Amino acid sequence: MDAIALDRVRPRRAAPRWRDDPQALARALLAPAILYIGLLVGFPFLLALYYSVSDATVGARVFHFVGLENFRSAIENPTFWQALRNSIVFTVVSQALVVVLGKAAAMALYRPFRGRALVRFLILLPWVAPISLGAIGWLWIFDPVYSILDWVARALHLIGPDAWPIWLGQPHLAMASVILVNVWRLAPLATVIILAGMSAIPQDIHDAAAIDGAGFWRHLIRINLPLLMPVMLVALLFGVVFTFTDMIVIFVLTRGGPYDTTQVLASLAFFTGVQGGDLAGGAAIALFLFPVLAAVAIGALTLARRAEVV
Amino acid sequence: MRAARRLRRPLAAGGRFALLAAFVAFCAFPFYWMLITAFKSTTDLIEVSHNPLVFNAPPTLAHVRQLFVETQFGQWLLNTLAVGVAVVAITLVLAVPAGYALARLAGRGGHRLAIGIFLTYLVPPTILFIPFARIIAVLGLQDSLWSLVLVYPSFTVPFCTWLLMGFFKAIPPELEEAAMIDGLSRLGAFVRVAVPVAISGVLATVIFTLTLVMQEFVYGLTFITSSSAYTVAVGVPTFLVRGDVYFWGAIMAACLIVSLPIAALFTLFIDRFVAGFTVGAVKQ
Repeated sequence: MDAIALDRVRPRRAAPRWRDDPQALARALLAPAILYIGLLVGFPFLLALYYSVSDATVGARVFHFVGLENFRSAIENPTFWQALRNSIVFTVVSQALVVVLGKAAAMALYRPFRGRALVRFLILLPWVAPISLGAIGWLWIFDPVYSILDWVARALHLIGPDAWPIWLGQPHLAMASVILVNVWRLAPLATVIILAGMSAIPQDIHDAAAIDGAGFWRHLIRINLPLLMPVMLVALLFGVVFTFTDMIVIFVLTRGGPYDTTQVLASLAFFTGVQGGDLAGGAAIALFLFPVLAAVAIGALTLARRAEVV
Repeated sequence: MRAARRLRRPLAAGGRFALLAAFVAFCAFPFYWMLITAFKSTTDLIEVSHNPLVFNAPPTLAHVRQLFVETQFGQWLLNTLAVGVAVVAITLVLAVPAGYALARLAGRGGHRLAIGIFLTYLVPPTILFIPFARIIAVLGLQDSLWSLVLVYPSFTVPFCTWLLMGFFKAIPPELEEAAMIDGLSRLGAFVRVAVPVAISGVLATVIFTLTLVMQEFVYGLTFITSSSAYTVAVGVPTFLVRGDVYFWGAIMAACLIVSLPIAALFTLFIDRFVAGFTVGAVKQ
């Protein structure tokens, strides 16, 4: 059918040469995507900037310019500072764990063995299953009465028979719990990315190192890690963005509680802007995410440029 | 040295096995827990003296029945599927040509443009959902699945353009050059040679778009308020967890029913996915 359609067009081809002009064709092929992205990412982003300096609320039809008022009131709000601190702790701790765990798992998975495909399927489950549903699974695991963690710990006599830790209700435990769930969700992706990077290292390099008598740690630190650095950075950049801007895990598990001890910037923006109806305040809080994103973006650019030179 | 190595090998193998076992347990246990909860009878679930890791009473389908009969879970599945199909269509129409143009045609500026498009993927929903809420209200799309169809391509298009660019770059340009010598236009070479050759990459992109749509939570939560228009990822956590009584069996059944097919589908394409994911970033 395609062929017929093309044949019918062909006689009129003399005039529009754009189908053969790479420049014009590139523009024609790129324009729809760029237009869509401009309208649906660029425009809302500008709108977010505009809201953050206005007094927009969900109901109001008319906004007024209020300057940096929203940012000032965000900075004066102790909850904001707590959310910022929580965001940093949440991101740094879980990414450190994700990279170490991902690297270790990738090394264990590197050489083929029987059942590797099944192992990989099981490891990938947390990443490919919708996270809002996975988080509910954890909500049940952390249940105050029926928590399987408590049951196992009691069975192994790690905690006394009358100890009932409330995973999501005690400040430090709650933070540890949401970090655990986030590591669970992101470690699989880091593992497969690093695994792909390891497979791309030529075998000769490993052989040469083995002949020179390099042991496990020496091999890891002097050869493996430096060669894997770009790939691990890719995994890390994504992990940082996913973690720093994520609110799903927090929303499902703790709603920011107890006493805002797991409130992060993303969830605070949601509760302020959508549930609280204060669009302007929510937009201002969300924009505090931006410096981190910009830093990550610069990191990605530098990385890409360096890779281009090689 | 040989003796040392002979000793080290079983040790290393043992360590490797222990590490993998622990990691698999960590990753897969919540799904085992979902599985066993979904088919346990309620009395078995709430009896504290029972061993929770195994069935103490015969398995039951009561929770699955409850999910489909007493909630709108079936409707949520259909909603998600409908949105998914529409978003996949929009994404392919926009991202396949753009990915090809960036891989082949855009010249020196193309690389910069590709990174620019990719960076828009990093602007998170948590910054955009507030302005979007307003835009959706102005367009009168609140509570309509069309709002999601409109907004989801804002993250699927940048990401899939990046992926597809990687797939197209992996095709030797000589294929299209030969086709053009045979009389196809540049556009014809793209449509009739490059796209068919990259078809597995395109399929992978379809799967990833679907999983991104299934996973999305923030926009769905913000734009949709009536339960009949929920997607699965929003409906299950907000509707089934809202009351004081948690129907854990039904909730876990819902999580499983959605998670396992996607996981199986995704696993088939994971290698292509990772290749496309990293090729743009580390190899040029």
